[in-house]
Amino acid sequence: MFRPEGDGNGHGKGPGEPIPQPITTNGGPKVGVYVCHCGLNIAGTVDVAAVVAFASTLPNVTVARDYKFMCSDPGQELIEQDLRDGLVNRVVVASCSPLMHEMTFRRATAAGGQSPFYFQMASIREQVSWVVADGEDATEKAKALVAGAVRRVALHEYLEPRTAEVRPEVMIVGGGIAGIHAALTLADAGKHVYLVERESTIGGHMAKFDKTFPTLDCAACILTPKMSQVRSHPNITLWTYSDVVGVEGYTGDFTVRVRRRPRYVREDLCTGCLACIDACVHKQGKYTDEWNEGLSKRKPIYIPFPQATPALVVVDPEACIWFKTGKCPRPCIDACERDAFDFEQTETFEEVKVGAIVLATGFKTFDASRMPEYGYGLYPNVYTSLEVERLLNAAGPTSGEIELRDGTRPKVVGIIHCVGSRDAKHNLYCSRVCCMYSLKLAHMVKERTGAEVYNFYIDMRTPGKGYEEFYDKILKEGVHMVRGRVAGVTDEAASREEEGHLVIRAEDTLIGSVRRIPVDMVILAVGIEPQPDAQDVRRMFNISCGAEGFFTERHPKLAPVSTFTDGVFLAGACQGPKDIPDTVAQAGAAAAEALAMVDRGFVMLEASTAFIDPAVCAGCHTCVALCPFGAISFDRERKVAVVNEVVCKGCGVCAGACPSGAAQQHLFTDEEIFAEIEGVLAYV
Amino acid sequence: MNATRYAYYPGCSGKGVGRAYEESLLAVFEHLGAGLDELEDWNCCGATAWPSVDEQQANALAARNLALTEDRSPNGDPVDLVAACTGCYRALVRAETVLNERGPAAEKLGGALASIGLDYEGRARTRHPLDILVNEIGLDRIREAVVRPLSGVKVASYYGCLLVRPFATFDDQWNPTSMDRLVEAIGAEPVDWPLKTRCCGGSCYCGGPVIGVMPEATMQLSHALLREAKARDADLIVTICPLCQFNMEGFQDRMTKRFGHPHDMPVAFISQLVGIALGIDEKRLGIHRLLRWRLPEGEPATVGGGDHVPA
Repeated sequence: MFRPEGDGNGHGKGPGEPIPQPITTNGGPKVGVYVCHCGLNIAGTVDVAAVVAFASTLPNVTVARDYKFMCSDPGQELIEQDLRDGLVNRVVVASCSPLMHEMTFRRATAAGGQSPFYFQMASIREQVSWVVADGEDATEKAKALVAGAVRRVALHEYLEPRTAEVRPEVMIVGGGIAGIHAALTLADAGKHVYLVERESTIGGHMAKFDKTFPTLDCAACILTPKMSQVRSHPNITLWTYSDVVGVEGYTGDFTVRVRRRPRYVREDLCTGCLACIDACVHKQGKYTDEWNEGLSKRKPIYIPFPQATPALVVVDPEACIWFKTGKCPRPCIDACERDAFDFEQTETFEEVKVGAIVLATGFKTFDASRMPEYGYGLYPNVYTSLEVERLLNAAGPTSGEIELRDGTRPKVVGIIHCVGSRDAKHNLYCSRVCCMYSLKLAHMVKERTGAEVYNFYIDMRTPGKGYEEFYDKILKEGVHMVRGRVAGVTDEAASREEEGHLVIRAEDTLIGSVRRIPVDMVILAVGIEPQPDAQDVRRMFNISCGAEGFFTERHPKLAPVSTFTDGVFLAGACQGPKDIPDTVAQAGAAAAEALAMVDRGFVMLEASTAFIDPAVCAGCHTCVALCPFGAISFDRERKVAVVNEVVCKGCGVCAGACPSGAAQQHLFTDEEIFAEIEGVLAYV
Repeated sequence: MNATRYAYYPGCSGKGVGRAYEESLLAVFEHLGAGLDELEDWNCCGATAWPSVDEQQANALAARNLALTEDRSPNGDPVDLVAACTGCYRALVRAETVLNERGPAAEKLGGALASIGLDYEGRARTRHPLDILVNEIGLDRIREAVVRPLSGVKVASYYGCLLVRPFATFDDQWNPTSMDRLVEAIGAEPVDWPLKTRCCGGSCYCGGPVIGVMPEATMQLSHALLREAKARDADLIVTICPLCQFNMEGFQDRMTKRFGHPHDMPVAFISQLVGIALGIDEKRLGIHRLLRWRLPEGEPATVGGGDHVPA
């Protein structure tokens, strides 16, 4: 985007300098056409010289040049020099796409002394050389697009660049390790953070793990201090058991609506003493404990785990006798010394204004029952890796003991890698963490039980600091590694040794034969998938998803935490499978980018606002009702609609809906669009 | 009772190795008021080893049968073709899939059909008799028609590899249950076992495990099935594939000798068992064609032991 402070190379204008006036005299528009080779990206398909020769014959074109990389400094200098020399006063660059470099060339146009909006791009890479196979066809299409851009740019008007204030607050959605780290980074920088988490505690998946690879440090020991910091930080407003239900506004000034679900316990009074849980009429847990992956039962009033943050109990109205029948002596109320219970609580809504948003909504694990050949849900001793994490966790259902469902210890354990990953029938992608966590689980299970552990893998993927060394250590501990995809898990016994065991059937590609390995416990290394409601979240925040459902970053290499919606950033596994180190690194990056934006205090706005021609407006009110920003009012005296350009965001809804063509949008006027179409068609 | 009639594709096995299957299917369908009319001028389904040599030509064979089926319904309605043998079923479904994808392969098939004055409009749909029994005639109607409930008979349903793979058309790919539900409907007790769709070895025999191309592999595979069914207390195995039935039933004495594990497991067609529960005469169900047959009430085996003897 055009920056009034210049581009850092000494070019461009400071905010105080006069901005050049529209060209009305001195012979009308003089268009410079610059065709980019983009290395061989364009020149490999399009005959660049032919496009330049063609462009130089077009009306108003005074200069036509080509260059290997127009976006490079010398490339931009070509444009600036021609502008300074007075050879041209309008610029067309035929290159990649506006998304990629429109800002670059607008800046160059400004640096050359013209309005940045006297620029038009012809996309001959994304729309031509990358998609048209035949060189001649591609060259013809490139010529047509250039002809359209030349005609259009001659009509571009002078527009004033606009800025908008950026609010300093930031919202972070998701309180896993990504959200926690981003929140603390921003809060420490002095920005106010709203952290929204839908579970009753922050911590996310990491809080469920026992140890973390490759250092084997305890997950709780490194995570819970950060959780308490979040809770006590003066710059963080923490809303757990809450979801974002609406987002309005735009970069720098979002209005976010958050629903806070009732816990039936007042947050300001509950101290997390847990006396109510002991007092509950249910003497034993009876309901599936989601935190323990269903491996234990909880009461209707519960806390997910001892270090839950905030340390508040939750009442499950689906399970609580009071809610179900209205008949319960409610000993919980008597047990509470703080009178924290409020059975009349209902959901409430908060509305806050923030300048930037960081999405850290995380992932879910692959549903292992989608691969029935592995027997999950069919054989009780087939577990998912997340279940085994809970078994290993000292705060888990078995206090850290690896026990089968009948309470015995397994003597032989098989870990099946890539469950749901690298599989054309499920997810083609690698989930990145399963090899490493499988090795970790192999180590932990062996250490706790002394069992023989078999890992069945396709390829071992251990890129990361200390990861290959960890693999080597596990190999030396005597874990068996079988290279081959597992065909199935069965309780069919083909020999006496197999009787009473589960049998893993796999091809061992290193010895070239099929093996049947009887085991007591099977651990499925389930892959990582997007959250089930990722599509809803995507729509709410107006960002995009890849085919597999993870949120799409603005650029896979150069803008990995930004999105196509300005002011919305990504952190953690919602953007793609990631381990903890990468997640924290990305969360830090997202926080830094959000900080850079809110700290500057303003953003440049698109200058292409709408306007209404009062001579044409019939006063039908259509646009007044449609405008999502309330930017259009009705002038009763003149009986025409009027756009408030300060409020207008340039969405174009009014221009599209206006039945008489009175509503138009700068840079998208009918004349400009028709000129472009005519340019393309005249050539075709 | 509604007298639905279906086009019926017997395939080569229906007239040969799986004659008892055809006999019992015709009798059971007739009994339930749903007739099977043999498709006139049907030809080879194109299963066998042909698809691995030239899939296009194999599909062309199957496509001709589908096109002939559409001629039965000149008014333009969809029409079902019931293919009994799972090999035929799979081959016909495959051709149907290719044709309905309307890609270049379908165009070629269309050309082949046109050369003999036929065309396929996408109206003929391949159905399996098990699908018809369970999902069209329905378990309720079958339950009502049972006159001799087979209570106490433990039945292991064997679906074989082709019924649900690669096309899982009406049942689950990994754990099909339609036959088990049918077994339950006739009063018998389904045996839960993990080998419902494990290969019986039929695909590598081409002439029987003894004289076939890979006798050892075949024997191993069939042996595993019989052993596991026995280990789970099955009184008999039922199936819907003539090749599986032949393969598992026919060489038990040889397997006994080879693996030192006594095999004596009746292997029947599900249609035969249903027919018995419906009170249909055993003769019409082809029970006499089975090599070993007995129900656990202690009825004597109709035929006693022995192997298929290669000529």
